[in-house]
Amino acid sequence: MLARWLGAGQICAMNNLVPPDRALLWLGALFYLGGFAGGCLALFRRGETDNSRVTLNLLLAAGLVFQMAGLYLRGRAVGGCPLANKFEIVQFVAWSAMVLYFVVGPAFRISLLGLFAAGYAGCLATISLVIPAWDAGRGVRIFGNNPWIELHAALAVFSYGVFGLLSLTSLMHLLQAWNLRHKRLDGLFWFLPSVVQLDQINLRLLMAGVGLLTISVAVGAAWWLRDLHSVDLPKIAVTLAVWLVYLVTLVLRLQRRLVSVRFAWVCLVLFVLALVSLGPVNDSRHPAGTPAATR
Amino acid sequence: MENPAALLFVGVSHHTAPLAVRERLTLDGDRAAQLADRLRADPAIREFALLSTCNRTEIYAVAASPAAGVAAQQYLAEVSGCAPDDLGPLTVHRNDVAVIDHLFGVAAGLDSQIVGEAEILGQVKEAYHAALERNWTGPVLNRVFQKTFQTAKHIRTHTALGEGQISIATVAVDLAGKIFGSLEEISILVVGAGDIGLKTIQAFQSRGARKITVASRTLSKAEEAAAQAGGWAVSMSELPEILPSVDIVASSTSAPYAHITQNMVAYAMRRRPQRPLFLVDLALPRDIEPGAAEVADVYLYNLDDLARIAEDNLARRKAEVARGQTIVSQRSVALWPQVERQLGDKL
Repeated sequence: MLARWLGAGQICAMNNLVPPDRALLWLGALFYLGGFAGGCLALFRRGETDNSRVTLNLLLAAGLVFQMAGLYLRGRAVGGCPLANKFEIVQFVAWSAMVLYFVVGPAFRISLLGLFAAGYAGCLATISLVIPAWDAGRGVRIFGNNPWIELHAALAVFSYGVFGLLSLTSLMHLLQAWNLRHKRLDGLFWFLPSVVQLDQINLRLLMAGVGLLTISVAVGAAWWLRDLHSVDLPKIAVTLAVWLVYLVTLVLRLQRRLVSVRFAWVCLVLFVLALVSLGPVNDSRHPAGTPAATR
Repeated sequence: MENPAALLFVGVSHHTAPLAVRERLTLDGDRAAQLADRLRADPAIREFALLSTCNRTEIYAVAASPAAGVAAQQYLAEVSGCAPDDLGPLTVHRNDVAVIDHLFGVAAGLDSQIVGEAEILGQVKEAYHAALERNWTGPVLNRVFQKTFQTAKHIRTHTALGEGQISIATVAVDLAGKIFGSLEEISILVVGAGDIGLKTIQAFQSRGARKITVASRTLSKAEEAAAQAGGWAVSMSELPEILPSVDIVASSTSAPYAHITQNMVAYAMRRRPQRPLFLVDLALPRDIEPGAAEVADVYLYNLDDLARIAEDNLARRKAEVARGQTIVSQRSVALWPQVERQLGDKL
């Protein structure tokens, strides 16, 4: 099955004009964007129906498979998790948000989450593909042979996926609260979940994200203590700052001192900052091992 | 060559008859049985079904000729006690494909007084099942009614005809759903035990609300309303204490001043910061200070707001009527050749 998908990547590679992994990632991004466009169209024409939801989920599932195949090719080339540069990190964040949508989304039963997830993952994936500089140093093996560091990185980036989904549900919360307050009950209003449901979902996602990031920080800290020069100060500072701010937000929310609309705003702004922080974190990493070709 | 059987419709509805006449034409159990006896005794009529709601009394039939419609109208006049001459101008007759067209439109709510209302489909189903059980229907009407249900469902699914509430109380309940989701565990305070208050309680209870408290200037009235609703009663003086513990306040007193102030709401929100508060002001003059809407996580809707939403929803439904009618026409035209063949086989 995977070979067939990889074969599709080879065909799309058009005589090596585009590397197969990037071709597959392009296909993934296009399916996400296609799902988003189709979902918007269905929404404006009639509203969210069972048929449009099935079509959207099929497109997103196809996008996820292509993206996973592209990331698999990159991972196989370096013999590890494909998190060597900004391009791969952003792709991984988009992928993890989509995985979460499929794994966790049905439990939340929130309408329109698929559409928002499609737009979010499609935009992230496309932006990363159209900026060639982000893919500089592709094929670099950065984790050496240490599976713990790889686990640390994978968990950290996956937690960003959770925070990404949290930013989407926070955005939905803000939209719904704004609609209610300003009595604008058209557009997406009747398709969005209730503000209380969104608030509860936000809390659960924040707990999951903080939990994952805490494990990641703990694993990274354990290895850092063995070799204090293995990580630059900016990376440590930024990573700890992101973790701490999310942790404080969670504590304030649990104490009911940061709730509802303000909580949603904080979650949204924090994710933007967390995304921006990926730059310094990535720039201060030490490549380990030798570059490996992916072609 | 003998003419084929005909599909007939004879009916009176809110389009043609005032309420007083429609009341007389209502087919309760006995009258329906009397009318059915007459229709069955008529050798020209082979199949029939009776639909009687508060807005219409209708006979759908398969008969040897369109002339049987006049006889059906006569039977209706007899069982209802209306003079045939009075009933005549109010009665509509349709034949063949126009009957299918009409029945599709009725079942879809296109012909209802409140456009897009969903109850009519259930009433049409009941009417059909009653006719089926008593062997009044045959292959033609069975097919027509089955297609009717499919068409009505298709229209409700593929148009916005049934979307959005169009009464003040149900609009408020819809909004509550968009703030809290399920209303089962939501605590509702109804201020004012008058007619509007009672209707509001009913609307919330129809969506699963269970925790209802009633406040009124007269405690005995509050207790009476609370007993009906299965809730609790409090006096108006207890409002400031009870406000922090409720999620929805629906107020409809005739007080000449606002008895729920911005300060009261702000105080309540400080004591319950984790949940929003939905204030519904159904009174004129207003019961809730407009400034209460300034408090964070408070959503205040007054009569004008709710009426505007109801009007918007109704306008949206009416705008969908043309789409619904197009579907009805397409489907009735598609069904007619099959029905026509069956009508030919009837002879």
